[in-house]
Amino acid sequence: MSMKSAPVNDPEGVAPATGGEERRTRASQRTLVWWAFKKHRLALVSAWLLAGMLIVIALCEFVAPFGDRHRDSEYTTAPPQVLKLWDTDGPDGFQWGLHVDGYTSEQDPRSLRITYEPDPADRVEVGLFVKGEEYELFGLIPMDRHLIGPKDMDDPMYLFGTTTDGQDLLSQLVYATRVSASVGIIGVLVAFLLGIVLGAVSGYFGGVTDNAVQRVIELIMSVPSIPLWLGLAAALPPDMGPVARYFIITTILALVAWTGLAREVRGRFLALRSEEFVTSARLDGSSHGRIMFRHMLPSFSSHVIAALSLSIPGMILAETALSWLGMGLRAPAVSWGVQLQDASKWSVLSGAPWLLIPGLCVVLVVLAFNFVGDGLRDAADPYKH
Amino acid sequence: MTEPQIPAQRGAPPLLEVRDLHVRFPVRRNLLGRTTMENHAVTGVDLALRPGETLALVGESGCGKTTLGRTIVGAQKATSGSVLFDGADLTAMNGRERAPYRRQIRMVFQDPFSSLNPRFTLRQIIGDPLVATGEARGSELEDRIAEMMRRVGLSPDYMDRYPHAFSGGQRQRVNIARALIVGPRLVVADEPVSALDVSVRAQILNLLRELQGEYGLTYLFISHDLSVVENLADRVAVMYFGRIVELADTADLYERPRHPYTEALMSAVPIPDPALRGRGGRILLPDELPDPTDPPPGCAFARRCRHAEEGRCDTGAIALERGPDSDAGHAVRCVRHEELDLQGIVGAES
Repeated sequence: MSMKSAPVNDPEGVAPATGGEERRTRASQRTLVWWAFKKHRLALVSAWLLAGMLIVIALCEFVAPFGDRHRDSEYTTAPPQVLKLWDTDGPDGFQWGLHVDGYTSEQDPRSLRITYEPDPADRVEVGLFVKGEEYELFGLIPMDRHLIGPKDMDDPMYLFGTTTDGQDLLSQLVYATRVSASVGIIGVLVAFLLGIVLGAVSGYFGGVTDNAVQRVIELIMSVPSIPLWLGLAAALPPDMGPVARYFIITTILALVAWTGLAREVRGRFLALRSEEFVTSARLDGSSHGRIMFRHMLPSFSSHVIAALSLSIPGMILAETALSWLGMGLRAPAVSWGVQLQDASKWSVLSGAPWLLIPGLCVVLVVLAFNFVGDGLRDAADPYKH
Repeated sequence: MTEPQIPAQRGAPPLLEVRDLHVRFPVRRNLLGRTTMENHAVTGVDLALRPGETLALVGESGCGKTTLGRTIVGAQKATSGSVLFDGADLTAMNGRERAPYRRQIRMVFQDPFSSLNPRFTLRQIIGDPLVATGEARGSELEDRIAEMMRRVGLSPDYMDRYPHAFSGGQRQRVNIARALIVGPRLVVADEPVSALDVSVRAQILNLLRELQGEYGLTYLFISHDLSVVENLADRVAVMYFGRIVELADTADLYERPRHPYTEALMSAVPIPDPALRGRGGRILLPDELPDPTDPPPGCAFARRCRHAEEGRCDTGAIALERGPDSDAGHAVRCVRHEELDLQGIVGAES
């Protein structure tokens, strides 16, 4: 051995890193993930879209031109209007001003069905931050201003058309977004709480505990999910209030959805359990809880977040399907599924294709969550190159 | 070496005593959950460490030396036998009773990569034992981490960096800092340098030796490499197939090994000076290790031993015997040890 000639106190100095390298060495896990995520264009765009959706959800009453109970029996199944910035064929020739065309109605003498046509001569003045129905923002602040709406609140302004009941589709859609997206998000959070805790316990302790948890998961997974949801939802008393129903439906969806994640988390814990840093954490005197959630979970937290955003769409689709089948949420609650019930009859749909807009919304949001999830999954491990 | 070193106190009561320790891993269970097949990792090990000494535990991979080390620090449960630290039986304790001993017996891990949490900064890694037990926080925590980093030769400026920015040698310094920050008395170093470049090895070994003098540490130094051990250890225990086959003072062992397995290990140590290379040459061991689920009777090494005699070596249990009275500290587990004249590394470097 050449030990005796070796320098005794050489700190083996880390060469001070420069520029980008310096940034990398000091960057936290979160920063590295963000740098990797930013490179994923589609995911970034989707993330902005979802951020916009969250704002709409939060400011729902303000964004919607009308309240969720608003109903205009004068205009049922009216087509969407086009928002116009100027007017050329008005009484005074060219004229600036945000407006939509009003409707003329015509009744078919044989079927007695009323059809509406936009009428350029009937100008409906539209404004931003207009006075409209009163509401309480966040359930606290009393307000009557709406982001957009007719200047005279009794005028018709239906940018996405109206439903068969004469409700403004746009307003309904805004409220439905709040319900459907929050069912997805809250349901997934509940499912994840269950999944992470049970998966962690299962993988970390192993043995009998692991066996018990895994058998329960297999049992739940072996039951086909749609009949299970239907069965559970059918057991709800029909006279239940919409809020209670909303929470029960969310819980039902979460109780079925946690199993996949629990498996994933368990696998990760199993793999990490034999790592020496886990042993060393134990020898440091950490409690089991601290080892599981402080030492081990952060090692794959970004994977968990990716899995989270990938499972929100499933939840949203489940709620939509359930409500569409009439077993989930029911009117007067509005969700995308409830809205799409309207569009389930061909006779209605052929005359009013705009009733499918909520479906478009489902597709967009589901895709956005998937892209964000993909982006996160790719960015999740910044140490692989 | 010039730095002060606390001499191993011969007469003092042992700091650590291992008595008839067995560790077995279940391999197969029957329907009722009873173990039907076991892997014997550690079989009846007796060991005593005197305060301030360095005992090297040497053997090939799979011989149970790591399991023994892990059992001593409490990362592995003993099947039977006892581990006494300062006279207190650690194996009989539950987690809570054992807690105060965790800080007295610390471990330095072999793999400088998997032993450091990649999501933690050096501050979090080194300070973890203090944070986990709630011993220090705030500026006191910071001061102690910085102090410890300086002691192991790392600049405290690197406190907020992640392990991926460091080399193997630096990571091993982090490992050492984490082990020592709670002020242990015994450090179990499990192959602390085997994953490192040869040039870095000497630095880490020197650091370990310096720290031993500074803090009065007792080391159990686990290694598969006799050449690493020679300059560091006071005594060497050679382990084979879960048993200690030879235990002696380092110089004594290197000069005159008494177990054929030790001789074979010695022959694998490269000697730089051709003039000093002995008559023996390399001893190549035939065959692999015996099946650990079904230990053979007699000497476990007999099947690979060139000195084995039928009828003597393959029957009955062979005890770890004191050597001839010339060196009372030399113990060996071989029935033929008095007849054999084995080749050590005489004057290889001393």
